[in-house]
Amino acid sequence: MPTRYTFGGDEHLFVECSDEMSLEAFFKSLSMANGVKESGIKGITEICPANASFQIKFDPDQIKPDDVLKEVRAIEGAAERAEPVIRTRIVEIPVFYNDPWTHETLMRFRERHQEPSGTDLDYATRINGYGDVDDFVAAHSGSPWFVSMVGFVAGLPFMYQMVERQRQIQVPKYLRPRTDTPRLTVGHGGCFGCIYSVRGAGGYQMFGITPMPIFDPTQTTSYLRDFMVFFRPGDIVKFKPIDRDAYDQAVEDVDKGRFSPPVREVSFDLREFQKDITGYNTRLEGMINGH
Amino acid sequence: MAIKVLHHGLATTVQDLGRPGYFHLGIPLGGAMDRYAMRAANLLVGNDEGAAGLEAVFLGPKLEFTEDATVAVTGADMPVKVDGVEQPGWTAFAVRAGQTLTFDFLKSGARIYIAVAGGIDVPLALGSRSTYPIGALGGYKGRPLAAGDELPVGAANGSGEGRSVAEPLRRLPAAPVALRVLPGLYWDRLSDEAKRSFFADEWKVAPEADRMGYRFRGGTKLSFVDREQPFGAGSDPSNIVDSCYPYGSIQVPGGTEPIILHRDAVSGGGYFMLGTVISADMDLIGQMQPHTPTRFVEVTMDEALAARAEENDRLEALRTSLR
Repeated sequence: MPTRYTFGGDEHLFVECSDEMSLEAFFKSLSMANGVKESGIKGITEICPANASFQIKFDPDQIKPDDVLKEVRAIEGAAERAEPVIRTRIVEIPVFYNDPWTHETLMRFRERHQEPSGTDLDYATRINGYGDVDDFVAAHSGSPWFVSMVGFVAGLPFMYQMVERQRQIQVPKYLRPRTDTPRLTVGHGGCFGCIYSVRGAGGYQMFGITPMPIFDPTQTTSYLRDFMVFFRPGDIVKFKPIDRDAYDQAVEDVDKGRFSPPVREVSFDLREFQKDITGYNTRLEGMINGH
Repeated sequence: MAIKVLHHGLATTVQDLGRPGYFHLGIPLGGAMDRYAMRAANLLVGNDEGAAGLEAVFLGPKLEFTEDATVAVTGADMPVKVDGVEQPGWTAFAVRAGQTLTFDFLKSGARIYIAVAGGIDVPLALGSRSTYPIGALGGYKGRPLAAGDELPVGAANGSGEGRSVAEPLRRLPAAPVALRVLPGLYWDRLSDEAKRSFFADEWKVAPEADRMGYRFRGGTKLSFVDREQPFGAGSDPSNIVDSCYPYGSIQVPGGTEPIILHRDAVSGGGYFMLGTVISADMDLIGQMQPHTPTRFVEVTMDEALAARAEENDRLEALRTSLR
């Protein structure tokens, strides 16, 4: 579908690159959002990239809405011709799957779930056609994910699994949202994964928990001293399953300022990725380990 | 100089004009729901318009002053008293050391703004003193006030006691409220019947109305144009692939209850939006009580810009009158 432009009142321009999710749509919207940022159009005050769309906030006292539209449209062509290559980071996130805290929470809100008799992991395993929960966890942690949007609440990453569409994990959200979700829960809704940056309401299925804070307004966590939000759109995430002992150790390391997430700078080329997804992901993973 | 919180009211927070620049990371603008009233309160006591003050909803706090201060209360109609003696609203008045500020019950509107000469001097967080409770960011320790808190106050620029905002420059919504809406975003997801009924029906503010969003009830359930849901959007016809949400945008989960996102908005999600309340009417929402009858009025972009210009003129007149 052609890119769709529409105004959100007199202060926002909303640009939808595609109504369905794909890596191509994500790349186009990120590339356009970056293009708008670089263009320095007068009167634009915020640029928010999302999964397959992005949003611009502008000051109509400084620039007419029609002029914003004209200038952003002019950037679309260049964004389409741009090489689908980004410089970004790959980061390894430890996850304690099937942990006691999300388990306690999901039991508390069982009547809001599609299958009250099992756990969220049981349900996701079954409807995605995996033999058992271990197979499902292997699939969840076996391929990297793109951070396709940061938001909802402070610093929360939406993540898109970097596999062929037919292999993507998909689960519906809870029938009715929970009023509570543990901080740092690793969740999933629709085709998107997420990490809850703060404790609060939520509707995504809960698979596990990470010991690694991703938002710290006090900026005391060692790797969040420069900025309180960890994730940026375009980051690549690889989950690493850990057990209770490793989880406890990581929590202690975070508290003592010794934890530093494994992060590497990488260049991602969408065309190379699509030629050989499995091979490309293997090379990406190798980079975390310094290969 | 400090202010002791003896009672916090219902939900009282430190607010200024907000924290622009971080919505792309999920941290909202925040700041006063009724920015005009906040600006007026600050101007009355000789502060910069963007100084931090207190926003209290439905119930006023009880505050004890440790030193002499100049104070102004604007926004909702809620009588303010100093040691039991009523003071005029929208007017700067003196509070002496040891005196206590209290409030009577709310008469109309929803939120009052309390400015103190010198401003509430909590630390800046990402360039603002506004409280963002979900992120435990800004304001007083990142949370609404509680009894026992002591609020630091900055140095005053001089006294403005006796200064008052003229009646025609005070702004509160009349009931029933008309909110002007520019259709757009995912408007074309709606059936023709829903496009008509949304604007024709009378809605009422639901009890779930806060700084994040105002929910409405009472109108006809909206129906959608049939389609096969796009990949990644979710199965409900009101779902979309998660996108950004503009401030003032109106989402209608399941087609039943419209929600207008306000200053502490979530920055995105998976519900379609049918349009956006224009910038000129955002302050009014902050003064609406639950059960207020409300009509949504369709406007064009030109009408939205004309309304904005009118509000800008009102603000200029306010500045001139208090100069």
